[in-house]
Amino acid sequence: MNTQTANKKQEVAQETMRITGSEAIIRCLLAEGVDILYGYPGGAIMPVYDELYKFRDQIHHVLTRHEQGAAHAAQGFARISGRVGVAMATSGPGATNLITGIADAQIDSTPLVCITGQVFSHLLGTDAFQETDIIGISTPVTKWNCQITKAADIPEVLAKAFYIAKSGRPGPVLIDITKDAQVSELDFKYEKCTGVRSYIPVPKTNSEAVQAAASLINAAKKPMIVWGQGVILGQAEAELKAIVEKAGIPAAWTILGASAIPTSHPLNVGMVGMHGNYAPNRLTNECDVLIAIGMRFDDRVTGSLNTYAKQAKIIHFDIDPAEIDKNVKTDVAVIGDSKDSLAKLLPLLNENKHDSWLQEFKDLYAIEYEKVIKDDIHPTKDGLTMGEVLKQINIESKGNAAIVSDVGQHQMIACRYSEFNVTKSNITSGGLGTMGFALPAAIGAKMAAPHREVVAIIGDGGYQMNIQELGTVFQQKAAVKIVVLNNEFLGMVRQWQQLFFDKRYASTEMTNPDFVTIAKGYYIEGKRVTKREELAGAIKEMIASKESYFLEVCVEKEDNVFPMIPAGASVSDVRLS
Amino acid sequence: MNEEIKTFTISIYTENNIGLLNRISAIFQRRHINIESLTTSQSEIEGVNRFVIVVNITESQARKIIGQFEKQVEVIRAYYHKDEETIYTESCMFKIKSALLFEEPQIQNIIKESNARIVTVNKEFFVLEKSGRRNEIESLRRDLNVFGIMQFVRAGRIAVTKDEMKVTEMLMAFNNQ
Repeated sequence: MNTQTANKKQEVAQETMRITGSEAIIRCLLAEGVDILYGYPGGAIMPVYDELYKFRDQIHHVLTRHEQGAAHAAQGFARISGRVGVAMATSGPGATNLITGIADAQIDSTPLVCITGQVFSHLLGTDAFQETDIIGISTPVTKWNCQITKAADIPEVLAKAFYIAKSGRPGPVLIDITKDAQVSELDFKYEKCTGVRSYIPVPKTNSEAVQAAASLINAAKKPMIVWGQGVILGQAEAELKAIVEKAGIPAAWTILGASAIPTSHPLNVGMVGMHGNYAPNRLTNECDVLIAIGMRFDDRVTGSLNTYAKQAKIIHFDIDPAEIDKNVKTDVAVIGDSKDSLAKLLPLLNENKHDSWLQEFKDLYAIEYEKVIKDDIHPTKDGLTMGEVLKQINIESKGNAAIVSDVGQHQMIACRYSEFNVTKSNITSGGLGTMGFALPAAIGAKMAAPHREVVAIIGDGGYQMNIQELGTVFQQKAAVKIVVLNNEFLGMVRQWQQLFFDKRYASTEMTNPDFVTIAKGYYIEGKRVTKREELAGAIKEMIASKESYFLEVCVEKEDNVFPMIPAGASVSDVRLS
Repeated sequence: MNEEIKTFTISIYTENNIGLLNRISAIFQRRHINIESLTTSQSEIEGVNRFVIVVNITESQARKIIGQFEKQVEVIRAYYHKDEETIYTESCMFKIKSALLFEEPQIQNIIKESNARIVTVNKEFFVLEKSGRRNEIESLRRDLNVFGIMQFVRAGRIAVTKDEMKVTEMLMAFNNQ
């Protein structure tokens, strides 16, 4: 026998295993460090579920009650941990039900790997049972997607999927795997993906651009920072804080940027955007240098672009070159990883203080406090306000809770009034505005970070969009705290109807079920609060609970969220009432 | 703000991948940009495809969609060029009744003067092929239309750029990492 050949064979035998595609999928997940995933079984993905059963000691599959819940739970998992969230579903309706979560992850740059089963490859294109063109459907809302029809392709494609989802500007990846690829065998060997030749995840920071940015900042009299989620995704919180402190620059945040710098930081001047704080919105149009970091000038942040920061020099830090000059023309663009770019900027900045400029923020805050905040968090009227609920949660959680909000008035109140000491603590659907996000996302967040207090703040509308996930809370014993702020309206739409449609409340009033009884049906402890004197005690009890807890707070029906920049108006025209 | 709408030739170098056409056309569709023509073929680099797409848009739109193309994982590089920055051509085919060649002697002159090429002739019909600028093709079509055209088809623009596109260097740099 030729020894050389034998050795070679042995090498092959050591390196590869003859296994099925389904087992290969699980082994790929394990190799990527996945120990938890969210999903829902069905015909075309059953071989993979069979392997999940065999590997149940190593990988925990969470059965959600709807595939949309699985996608949002994976998002919550990813957002609190910075890891890739994994969701799994069958073909056809299973796959299409993931789409809302995938679209949400795409616009909010959340790393997800979604694995869908697909009909046998010989049935593709025949309108087979539960066949849908999920590659075609998911293309516009994924960072990358790929259909696997051969078992042998599984390791390489899944390695690429994890690499692409996590690297650079993160995003969702969908991998569709035909049933024949799941059941046939391959020689399995896993190698992590470290690069794709057509893809530059992190453009190298240009030192000259950093220098130009530093010169503008050093010369500025009224500089202002607006940071976004790019700071969190790039793990650049410490660098940002150091810059803010060294150069004495007032810094505001977008809703996805919230919590990167603690709320209580003296230079944290609050939230920008449609329901952001008065001062940073107004002063966007007063600053001389606007430093945008890891944010994308969304229309909900800028209002009318024709009147947005026209007086200012614009510096834009972003990892994604396509964001530069997309909405706002920049004077200096620093393309690259936020941590790297900010670390390069820091030593070039002069130590500075901008006391009188900062005072302008404080003066406007005082106005906002008098006209809005005071009545929101220390109301004197009878009805409960959403703001006082958040204030009470801050007190009981000491600002250490992760707040997972849904979409609508309560979301804006949660973002405005939550106190954050810890980064990655504001988990909300920003770009897509997906009602129904919070309950499943909170489950994912709690499972990713069991040591953290996770409080879901949800409206009565959004709650009922994914209320079935109470079943997941119960089955998984996920100790999430669920607060429904019930105003018996789709509040944000009602607010617009009041302000812009002469109070024609078309289909916004809700006749709601007994939410506490529903929670009880899932064996979740619950309470309803209708009076102010009950509120503090109930929230104390909720936070103290070691298990999941449901709290319904019946708030004033027709309260509005202010400040507000009406759609299409200028940030200068932010209204206080 | 009121930028002029011009014709741009967009060149996209990509991996050869099913579904990429979908991804690329979706970028146009979302922005309501009408594709005037689209051609895809193997490029000068082995295993790398090249899309040549003609659109009428403003330069700032062109700049922004290039960013969107390059953002796609399997797009290697994308460029936009104005007409004067490229050498471009289109091609077309005509199917015409063979009898006309004998009944209408002018046709032979038209063919000669237009530098069109006869691809095939049989008893029923002959096929003409012509490459050139759009106006040349249009003028030939007008001239032949007088006599009757059985079939006409025009392919999208193909173009090479006057300046260099450093795709090969980019790919080599990746391989040498």
